[in-house]
Amino acid sequence: MASGIRDKVAILGMGCSRFGERWDTDADGLMLEAFSEAAADAGVQASQLQAAWLGVCLEENNIGKTAGPLANALRLPRIAATRVENACATGTEALRGAAYAVAAGAYDIVLAMGVEKLKDTGYGGLPVRTRGVANDLWLPNSTAPGAFAQLASAYAARHRVDTKDLKRAMARISVKSHANAALNPKAHLRNTITEEDVLKAATIAAPLGLYDCCGVSDGAACAILTTPEIARAMHPDREVVTIKALEVSVSNGEEQSFSGPTAWDGAGIRTAREAGARAYAAAGVTEPRRQIHMAEVHDCFSITEAVLMEDLGFAAEGRVIHEVLEGTFDRGGALPVQPDGGLKCFGHPIGASGLRMVYEIWLQLHGRAGARQLAHVDRGLTHNLGGHPHQNVCAVSIVGRLGA
Amino acid sequence: MTTLSDRDAARTHGVLATTRYLPRLRLERSAVLAQHQWMAPGLRGLAKGRRSIAAWDEDVVTMAVEAGRQLVRALPGCSPAAVTLASTSLPFADRQNAAIAAAAVGVPADAATRDVGSSARAALGELIAALRQPAAGAHLLLVAERRVARPASTQEMIFGDGAAGAVVGQGDALATHVASATSHADFVDHFREAGHLHDYGWEERWVRDEGYLKLATAALARCLAEGGVAAADIAHFVMPAPLPRVNEAVARKLGVPPSAVAGTAHEDGGDLGSAQSLAMLDSTLRAAAPGALILVGAFGSGCDALLLRRTGVPCPGGVPGAGKAETSYMKYLSFSGQIDLEWGMRAEMDNKTALTAAWREHGRMARFEGGRCGACGTVQFPKTGVCVNPGCRAAGTQQAVSLADMPARVLSHTSDFLAYTPHPPFQFGHVDFEGGGRVLMEFADTDVGELQVGLPLRMVYRVKEYDRHRGFRRYFWKATPVRGND
Repeated sequence: MASGIRDKVAILGMGCSRFGERWDTDADGLMLEAFSEAAADAGVQASQLQAAWLGVCLEENNIGKTAGPLANALRLPRIAATRVENACATGTEALRGAAYAVAAGAYDIVLAMGVEKLKDTGYGGLPVRTRGVANDLWLPNSTAPGAFAQLASAYAARHRVDTKDLKRAMARISVKSHANAALNPKAHLRNTITEEDVLKAATIAAPLGLYDCCGVSDGAACAILTTPEIARAMHPDREVVTIKALEVSVSNGEEQSFSGPTAWDGAGIRTAREAGARAYAAAGVTEPRRQIHMAEVHDCFSITEAVLMEDLGFAAEGRVIHEVLEGTFDRGGALPVQPDGGLKCFGHPIGASGLRMVYEIWLQLHGRAGARQLAHVDRGLTHNLGGHPHQNVCAVSIVGRLGA
Repeated sequence: MTTLSDRDAARTHGVLATTRYLPRLRLERSAVLAQHQWMAPGLRGLAKGRRSIAAWDEDVVTMAVEAGRQLVRALPGCSPAAVTLASTSLPFADRQNAAIAAAAVGVPADAATRDVGSSARAALGELIAALRQPAAGAHLLLVAERRVARPASTQEMIFGDGAAGAVVGQGDALATHVASATSHADFVDHFREAGHLHDYGWEERWVRDEGYLKLATAALARCLAEGGVAAADIAHFVMPAPLPRVNEAVARKLGVPPSAVAGTAHEDGGDLGSAQSLAMLDSTLRAAAPGALILVGAFGSGCDALLLRRTGVPCPGGVPGAGKAETSYMKYLSFSGQIDLEWGMRAEMDNKTALTAAWREHGRMARFEGGRCGACGTVQFPKTGVCVNPGCRAAGTQQAVSLADMPARVLSHTSDFLAYTPHPPFQFGHVDFEGGGRVLMEFADTDVGELQVGLPLRMVYRVKEYDRHRGFRRYFWKATPVRGND
């Protein structure tokens, strides 16, 4: 009988590069920047690592298809290294590979690294690329903002809300993330903005404007994992932080192809509900709104964050507009969401994002979040989404104090 | 040739249906003049009304497909044994255009298909041949034109983009063949060498005097003589004439009453080239009284002439709507490939087509085929190995089913200003089909602000992508709003 991984894997240390338009460095440099911090934090050297997982999504951009670039960049001691990719949920996939290896008892100390070097394309937004020879024959030539904008039209229709009210709540989400990132020295976008800025910005994919879209950034983030016993032995003065749950759900085509009685309504993310429910069960969370003390969700677009609040049980169905406008998810609210600025402002180097989310929980648990430190965090949630609302990967992790 | 009385017309060989198709966009000729009047003020005389322009994703094949679908809908149960596509602006010189169109229309694979072209009389010649030589099975004749005229030329003002079509066979004929005649002559009023975009033409007065008034008139007169019909008895005289008042002069010379001269629809769409004779015939048949004699001519490297007699059978199908006025001449120039605008790096994506995959999925691409599960009846797109219905999941049960003619509605939508499209914004969304099936689709001919959840849609066959490096294009289906007037 499978027993899951709750409290079987501890975080020994974490690192995160500065995110942004890193014209100054390549992917190797970003990985080294993140790893140097994590190694110092964990008190280990590259020579002590027994296995490594590299998450990178658009390997066409500079890094190649294997885990070789990670091994080269850190001069790893010829250990097992594996490259993983699961669209924008790649970072969590790297963490998952590493965590399950420790939980299985195969290794004592492992590395999960996520990196993406996006800003070598010459234009804004994600790189344009093929969806495969057969899909290209019929799938629309859509962009990520276009695909996620679909959520807004369907949500407004499903809950019979005025698009203007929804748009206002979306604006408030972006204002909040900018305010949080202003306090984060590693964030890509650190300017504060107003609701009016959001509402007046150029349309990218209706109703999403420029400020409804996350930053496209370069960056890397990583975690060094071990067992709780080793973590305690190596850092007796530090509270042990463990992984409570790490769940992934992948669309099977129903959302995009099935229009029968139980069809997807287009107004939320089904896999987020699935992965969230499994993660809550694994972590023993029965009241997410109360038991989750902070969340870093995949706010690639403001509307994504909005619908996820309902999908993850942080807001009642159809109530997110009210919750957002009441400040529930602000840094001082009942359930702070994106205290580090989120994808929106910390930035979104695809392969790194899932690990960057965990990095913020790690800092908050240790009281190292500086000006954005939250008052009370025992347990945090990350939600990392790859793909588009109708066909995607959702990864949910819950990380907290050992025993929490 | 025998002539048939009206009483015999039903269930006989003749024209069973006709149609015409115009793209939705109609460029205001005043907008064309506004750009050229500094150097070509003489265009003012032609700057009346609107000319039809193909959208960026319409070509001869897609317009012919729309004409073909209209004809097949007009004649339920009709399964053509032959498909001919006529045009002087076929997209492919070697890849049979008629075969692309026939597949999209849903014509069985054992139908005989062919392309014809090279002159403005190509389609009428085919219509005459089909009427003169009764064959087993219906003949679907499609003709479309998307000619690109040089900016500030007379042709730019006169031409229109569009299609027409006819079905010839045994059945409730709308019109029957009375007589026909032809002539060939290397009379070069205009020409376009293979591979060139623009026509080059000679002086209009010479074309009128030596061409229409001599060559065309002679062929039309022979046709009347063969039919034993007096010119004075012609009720409708149908002949495309890109020059003003030529038809009136030809009619006068033949003795056809001036009132019989059919209008050329210049102000509503323009001259459709090789499609114009059939487009005008379609309008005429809808207006003609039972028993009326209709004389049709088409001039170009000679002349074809056809004499038809209208029966009492009503014309099936509808007529094109008013379309949508377009005032951006730059948009027209860009759509017709005559100006190279800065589209940004997102437009640089290589659209090479994997021809192996395209053939493997040809039912999906050509006929918009999904699968219907034999176990639970769920319609799904694409057709797959395992049923998408969570309550079924039967494997290997799906039969091909076409979504091309299924009504549908918008489930979600956006207008995307980031994605590359030759006509921003890129509009797309999830579409739910009546009777089942959901597809993420591009919207065609859709105005900004028009999309809303629940909006009724119909499907159209369009160019999906151009591969400009290799000179290829691929087609797929798009959704367009169902509108009352166009």
